[in-house]
Amino acid sequence: MKAIDIIPLFVIIPLAAAFLTSLAGRFIRRSSEVIIFIASLALLGFSVYARFLLNSAPGRILVYKIGGWVPPFGICMVIDGLSVFMLVTVNLIAFFVAVYSLSYMNQYTDKPKFFTLFSLMVCGMNGVIVTGDLFNLFVFLEIASIASYALVAFGTEAEELEASFKYAIMGSVASAFIFIGIAFLYSFTSTLNMADMARILAYKQNVWVIPFVGVLFLMGFGLKSALVPFHAWLPDAHPSAPAPISAMLSGILIKTLGVYSLIRIFFNIIGSTHGYLTILMFLGVASMLVAVVLALSQWDLKRLLAYHSISQIGYVVLGIGLGTPLGVLGGLFHLFNHSVFKSLLFLNSGSVDYAAGTRDLKETGGLGKLMPVTAKTNLIASMAIAGIPPFNGFFSKAIIIIACLEKGFTGYAICAVIGSILTLASFMKVQKFVFLGEIKDKLKNIKEVPFAMLFSVVCLAIICVLGGLMLLPSLRFFLDDAVAVILRGTSYAGVVLEAASK
Amino acid sequence: MINNSKTGMTLIVKTITRLTVGLILLFGIYIILHGHVSPGGGFAGGVIVALSFVHLMLAFGKDVAVAKVSKNMASNLESIGAMMFLLIALSGFLGGSFFLNVLAKGSPFDLLSAGTIPLSNIAIGIKVGVGLFAIFLALVVLERAK
Repeated sequence: MKAIDIIPLFVIIPLAAAFLTSLAGRFIRRSSEVIIFIASLALLGFSVYARFLLNSAPGRILVYKIGGWVPPFGICMVIDGLSVFMLVTVNLIAFFVAVYSLSYMNQYTDKPKFFTLFSLMVCGMNGVIVTGDLFNLFVFLEIASIASYALVAFGTEAEELEASFKYAIMGSVASAFIFIGIAFLYSFTSTLNMADMARILAYKQNVWVIPFVGVLFLMGFGLKSALVPFHAWLPDAHPSAPAPISAMLSGILIKTLGVYSLIRIFFNIIGSTHGYLTILMFLGVASMLVAVVLALSQWDLKRLLAYHSISQIGYVVLGIGLGTPLGVLGGLFHLFNHSVFKSLLFLNSGSVDYAAGTRDLKETGGLGKLMPVTAKTNLIASMAIAGIPPFNGFFSKAIIIIACLEKGFTGYAICAVIGSILTLASFMKVQKFVFLGEIKDKLKNIKEVPFAMLFSVVCLAIICVLGGLMLLPSLRFFLDDAVAVILRGTSYAGVVLEAASK
Repeated sequence: MINNSKTGMTLIVKTITRLTVGLILLFGIYIILHGHVSPGGGFAGGVIVALSFVHLMLAFGKDVAVAKVSKNMASNLESIGAMMFLLIALSGFLGGSFFLNVLAKGSPFDLLSAGTIPLSNIAIGIKVGVGLFAIFLALVVLERAK
C-alpha cells in the first residue's frame, strides 16, 4: 500500500466497525467494545499520521482518486490543511468519547446498536471532511445526521423521542435547503466536483444563481450549525441524547456539518464576498449574546451546556467571518478548543448523572467532596470556556477579540467580552450548585465514576490546560495550514486539480 | 402455516397472494441481477424483494412473514449486505485503488459482464431488501405493553 492509500481509510474503518459491531456484538459478548476501541484508536492514529504525511506532500495537499477515476469525472478525496485539522479534532474527541461510553453505556440496553450508530456518525463526519465532491458531501452529511437523530432518541423516553422528532424535522429541512442549493449549482456548472465547480464559477457570468444558492446554503448550514435564529432544535436535542452523544453532537457534529461545510463552500467554492462575511459576523455575534443570556436562566445542567454550545459557535463564526488571517486563526483555534472543553463538560455532566441520577441543578450540591476528579476537571473546563488564562479558551477568545479590534469592529469586540463574562457567570452557577455547598441527604452514598470515564475526562482536561501551546511557533503549522487553505479562497480549485492530474 | 392461518385477510386476498408472491420475489431478483444491463439495480430490486415479504405479511398476518425472515435474521443479513459491499469496494485495493473494478469487464450487455458491478448490486439488494423489511417489521412487532 502506498502512503496516500490511508485517505479512504477514514471512511472505511468506521463503516466496517459499524457493521462488524452490529454483527459480532450479537454473538460474542463485549466484542463490540473491543472493535470500537480499536477502530477509534486507529482513526486517531491515522489522522495524526495524515498530518505528518501532509508536511512532506508537494503543495501541502493530497488528492485520492476513488476507483482511479480522474476528477471531475470521478469522486476524489482531498486532504489539505483544513481537512486534516478537522480530522484530528473529530477523531480525537471521538476516541475519548468512545472510551467514556465503554462504561457509561452500561446503563442502557443494546450496547452494540449504540456503537453501530456511533461509528456511522463518525463515518459521516470523516466523510464530509475528506470528500472533494459536493454531492458526496451531502451523502455523508445525511449519514451523520440520520445516525444522530437515532442516537438522540436512544433512551426512548417520551421526552427524548420528542426531541429527536423535532431534531429530525429541522435537520431534514436543513438538508432540503442544502440539496436544492447543490442542485442549482449542478445545473449551472454541470459538475459536482468541488474544485471543478470553483473553476467554472470563477469565469462563468451569472446574475442571480450565486446569491440565491448562497442564501440556501446559509439557511441549510446555519440550521446544521445552530446559529441564532436557526437554533431552536439544539437545546432540546443535545440534552436528550446520552451524555457521550451530547459530547459528540455539541463537540464536533455541529462544527463538521455546519461550520466546516459552510467554510468550505463559501470560501473555497463560491468565494467569500464582503456581504457573506458581514452576515456571518452578524449571525456570530447574535448567537454569542442571545444564547448566553438564555443559558443563564437554565436549571438543567445539560440544557445549560447546550445553550453555551450555540454561544461558543458564535465566537467561531465571528472569528472566521472577519476574514483576516488573525480572525480566521482565532476562529479555528476556538473551534478546536471548544470541541475539547465542551465535550469534557458534557462528559462531566454525564458523570454527575451517572453517579447522582439527576442533572437538575436544584437537586445536586456538594458533589465536589464525593467526586473529586469530576469536580476538578469540570472546574478546568469551566475556566477554559469562560476564557480565563492560562487555559486554551483564553487564547482563542483573546485572538478573536484582538482581530475584531484590528479590523475596527470595536462593537463586536465588546460583545465578545460581554459574552465571555456572562459565560463565566453561568459556569459559576454550575460550580456553586453542583460541586460546592452542602451535600443533600439522598446523595450521601454516591461514588466516583469508573476508570474508563475518568480516563477520558482527565485526558481532555490535560488538553484544555496545554491547548494554548498550539500557538508556539514549532506547533503553529497545525493551525497555520488550515488558515492558509481558507485564505487561499477559490484558488483552491487550481491547487486540487493540479494535484489530481499527477 | 400459510394454508391454515387464521389471521390475515379474506380467502380471496390469500389465494391471489399465494399465486403472486413468488412472482414478485422472482421479479425483484431479476431486477437485481440485471441491474448493470437494464434499468433498475440493487436498490430498486431490493425494494421489490422487500415488498414481496410485506405483501405476505399483509395477507397472512405477521407470524407467517416472521417465520420466513425473523427480526434477528433481518438485522444480521442487513449487516452482512453492508459488509459485502464494503469488501467489494476494498477488493479494489488489489488493483491499486479503493473501489477499483478489478474483475474482467466482459462484453457489454452480457449478463456476466461489468466486473464487480453485479456483485455490488447483489450486496445492495440484500441490504436494501432486508433493511426495508426490517423497518416494516419494527412498525408491526412493537406493541403497546398490556
